[in-house]
Amino acid sequence: MLTCKHATKLMSQSQDRPLELKERVSLKFHLMMCSGCTNYNKQMEFIRKACLRIGGGGVE
Amino acid sequence: MIVLTHKSHKYRLTPDWVTVVAIISRGLKGMKNRTDGAVADEVTELFSDANIVTLRAEMLRFATLQLRDASMAEDAVQEALIAAHTAKDRFEGRAQLKTWVFSILRNKIIDIIRERTRRPTQSMTHEDGSDDELNELFDENGYWRKEDKPSDWGQPELAFSNDQFWQVFDICLNAMKENIARVFMMREIMGLDTAEICTELAISESNCWVILHRARARLRLCLEDKWIRSE
Repeated sequence: MLTCKHATKLMSQSQDRPLELKERVSLKFHLMMCSGCTNYNKQMEFIRKACLRIGGGGVE
Repeated sequence: MIVLTHKSHKYRLTPDWVTVVAIISRGLKGMKNRTDGAVADEVTELFSDANIVTLRAEMLRFATLQLRDASMAEDAVQEALIAAHTAKDRFEGRAQLKTWVFSILRNKIIDIIRERTRRPTQSMTHEDGSDDELNELFDENGYWRKEDKPSDWGQPELAFSNDQFWQVFDICLNAMKENIARVFMMREIMGLDTAEICTELAISESNCWVILHRARARLRLCLEDKWIRSE
């Protein structure tokens, strides 16, 4: 069973490398049960979008 | 000396500089055949062209966050715009101005970072920040402590049109330790992949992932603290 601490590491790494099947599955199960990590995951995506805007991406 | 204000930051434009931007502005509008005598007109025209002013301010912000040095950032932006001018014939009709000028700036910044990391005194050291602040969010079993469980931010993207949000965002980026910030910026703002960053900074890829995880976690905490909770 994945801990929240480990899940946050995987959520970050999923932005940098493809996760292995085992990692993907355990993360998915964890997110289904954990609202804190689900929020964390959305916040990671948000941070990435915000950074893209600074770099001249995301032109309105 | 002309002072521009954008998002509550003040930027100074030296006269030289105004000419360069004016020339680019002229190039963009496809007015290639005008004589150089019309510079004064173009300066006037430039300042009615909010796009160029905004673009330059955005470039400056981008470069300053990366380099953490206002005058180096000024130089990089200036060089990028001059390069843009030199190659403006190739540019026309080829790419969106913003994307293109930013790609030139990005390369300039990578060059500067390369040069910095090559100097032995400023070489990349291993991330020395302790994990305490992040570890404390979890209990001894590795689950969120009740009071530290990430909250629902609603629709945070709405803040993209809010100047105050961007000020907080910059504060949070600048609050990162230099070594962490460098890796984070290369990854998220310059869009390099971790393999390239490792080569560039001579660190292992797994070290890179650890640093990025900490950077994101700290940025998230900072935003939650300074923006979400202060609303």
